[in-house]
Amino acid sequence: MKRSRLWLAVVCLLGLAQPALAQKQGGTLRVTHRDNPPSASILEEATISTDMPFMAVFNNLVVFDPASPVNRLDKVVPDLATSWAWSDDDRTLTFKLHQGVKWHDGKPFTSADVKCTWDMLTGKVNGKLRKNPRKTWWFNIKDVVTDGDDTVVFHLYDPQPSIMAMFAGGFSPVYPCHVPANEMRTHPIGTGPFKFESFKQNESIRLIRNPDYWKPGKPYLDAIEYTIIPNRSTMLLAMATGKFDLSFTSDLTPELTKSLQEQVPTMQCVLQPTGTQGNLLVNRERPPFDNEQIRKAMVLSIDRKAFSDILSRGIFEVGGANLPPPEGFWGWSKEYMETVPGYGADVEKSREQGRAIMKSLGYGPDKMLQLKVTTRNIPDYRDAAVILIDHLKSIYIQAELEPLDSSVWYARLARKDFSVAMNVQGTGIDDPDVQFFENFLCGSERNYTSYCNADLEKQFHQQSQMKDIDARRKLVWDIDKKLQEDGARPVVFHAKAGTCWWPRVHGLNIAMNTIYNHWRFEDVWLDQ
Amino acid sequence: MIQYTLRRLGLMVVTLFGVSVAIFLLLRIVPGNIADILFDSAGLIDPAEKQQIIKDLGLDLPLVTQYTHWIVGLAHGDLGYSYVSEKPVLDEILPRIPITARLAGLALLFAICTGVPFGVISAVRQNTWLDYMLRLMSLAALSMPSFWLGLLVLMAFVNWLGLLPIYDKAPATWGAALLMYGVPAATVGLRSSALIMRLTRSSMLEVLRQDYVRTARSKGLSEPAVTFTHALRNAVLPVITVIGIETAFLFGGLIVTETVFNIPGVARFLVEAIRWRDYPMVQNLVMFIAIIVVTVNLIVDLAYMFVDPRIRLRT
Repeated sequence: MKRSRLWLAVVCLLGLAQPALAQKQGGTLRVTHRDNPPSASILEEATISTDMPFMAVFNNLVVFDPASPVNRLDKVVPDLATSWAWSDDDRTLTFKLHQGVKWHDGKPFTSADVKCTWDMLTGKVNGKLRKNPRKTWWFNIKDVVTDGDDTVVFHLYDPQPSIMAMFAGGFSPVYPCHVPANEMRTHPIGTGPFKFESFKQNESIRLIRNPDYWKPGKPYLDAIEYTIIPNRSTMLLAMATGKFDLSFTSDLTPELTKSLQEQVPTMQCVLQPTGTQGNLLVNRERPPFDNEQIRKAMVLSIDRKAFSDILSRGIFEVGGANLPPPEGFWGWSKEYMETVPGYGADVEKSREQGRAIMKSLGYGPDKMLQLKVTTRNIPDYRDAAVILIDHLKSIYIQAELEPLDSSVWYARLARKDFSVAMNVQGTGIDDPDVQFFENFLCGSERNYTSYCNADLEKQFHQQSQMKDIDARRKLVWDIDKKLQEDGARPVVFHAKAGTCWWPRVHGLNIAMNTIYNHWRFEDVWLDQ
Repeated sequence: MIQYTLRRLGLMVVTLFGVSVAIFLLLRIVPGNIADILFDSAGLIDPAEKQQIIKDLGLDLPLVTQYTHWIVGLAHGDLGYSYVSEKPVLDEILPRIPITARLAGLALLFAICTGVPFGVISAVRQNTWLDYMLRLMSLAALSMPSFWLGLLVLMAFVNWLGLLPIYDKAPATWGAALLMYGVPAATVGLRSSALIMRLTRSSMLEVLRQDYVRTARSKGLSEPAVTFTHALRNAVLPVITVIGIETAFLFGGLIVTETVFNIPGVARFLVEAIRWRDYPMVQNLVMFIAIIVVTVNLIVDLAYMFVDPRIRLRT
């Protein structure tokens, strides 16, 4: 925790220190990339592999303040929208738009583009997007109407202050109406500071400066080049020798981050939450896990600190569904967390309770419950699953690892074809609306365990409509506690990873509570 | 000889047909399909969107129809579109072939240029310290996994020369190209070199004990003439076979080297395409590699006839 605060302070200081230097024009920012992005269309993907390299091609209506190290509702500032206003009943949100903005192909940007984008995202216009992974974000949008070229109005079913956070996220760029969706997957057109130049599969992505960018004087860089280097060892050597200026965000484990800084003491690095959490999935429709008591015993067997210690030498954070403080804004305080079953410091006591439950159900050292722990066959998932198997032994569960190829992992989850699974998943924005509606809403696509609690769902909507931050946070904590108590999807850890860059890179601000929203690079410049 | 060549060409066609059926069916037997994998990054699968993708990609058609579409397209030079990049397969494959060809060619050149002479030296100097040293080195080269060796080479370059010979963009000069391709080629070619060296040595040892070699020596021919004109020519047949096999391996099996040195070649691309179940890409790439393999085999068989007159006379 102390270490995280220290990093936060370092980042704040860096952010404050940089404007004192005069920005230099020119140069190519060379960035490593961890893998081949599935496509260039941000709206159709939910991976940082697409978001980071292509975010600079676009603009949003609003963005999180690029100078702020935290992404929060009160840090939202204008981008393509010059201003916004809520109606008295908080159900209508009106954006005034910049005039004179042009798409990279020269066509003018208008309010019709905004309407068109959100009509696709809300599913009002079908068939344009091949995939729409964040449809649940926009469940509250009733209608989008234009009022001339410079005004767009969002009508909501209910008040939802945090919809502004979703508009500001890196996954919510405005798309051009006149460009077909399939072209956006291979040759994206935006209004952003950099134009798309090339995307060579498994090789590189190149963006070049948009000389007609509507923010005067920006961007400073001539180009940004991402080189796809899937091999971590090669990437580390390439960073250490200075072939690249910046590593792909959160691509370095805490150990590798430390190692790189030891090799190059001048290297700037931050460890930040990746927005991903490890969680336990128990299929509550499949016997014997339809028995609430077994699920409860399983939750009580988990030693979260052991996960953090083994996987990251204590760097990973422990928390509920929402990202814990200090980086997270909506996660439980330490004191509150200790009141949640299974989160207390005395793990042995919890396990004793778990064993008592299992004994009452007829299990014991001589009659272990046999099961398979299904997981995706990649290290982040597999390592956590192995630790889970060890913990389950403490409550008379003998588990066997069932690693699945990535190609079948989500298909199996979608079919609910598992009993117990270890999952690692990401969230784009540190906001309870995103977390609750995406993962715990009855019938939501990502609700892998089919958890459904109508009373709690009412509270999801209730917190979503609250303006008072403190009151909302209190309710969010209680909802999160109930989710953990019910074993809806017990959270095991919140992951952290490192991003490093050479001192010649300036103007780069790394947000501490998300990895998805700060890659426009319009303020970044190279001192070389 | 013409009849023999025609017969071999006919066999090539049959082999390629078999490969095409095998790869087509194998890809569809493996669990997981592109529609599921496309949703991988979304963390969910929307059944309606998935069905639409399956329909758009023609994966709902009967297998025979899908196979016929592919083969007819292939015959007309239309390799189809990649499911992932949505670009023509040919446009994706073509730029990668010269990269792999250069790497494989250089690796082969390195393997032959070091393997054959060292094999000859080792045989001629049998049971001397030079022979022991060369045998030990070849054994070490055969035992070292190429990913490990590759990383060691990269670290050595970084530590001693302060540069990293990885492929980060197309080389602009001959010097840069030599560094970018030469280092990985030597790394991957080392194993082939060791194999060729050991085979050349054992083959040479057998030939050097033959009567006609003794006769050549007794006629007063110089030792180099005996070794290279009489012995090596007769010992080289099995070496040619191995060179043929290694050529085929180098075209399709460079995945580790391409990954460690970050070379955007055919092998790395093929593995990624298999991971994505990008059927058009995998099918056409495998067919391309199969064509290379059978062609090299044909060339090797034809080369026998030129190297060994006895085979020429028999055919």
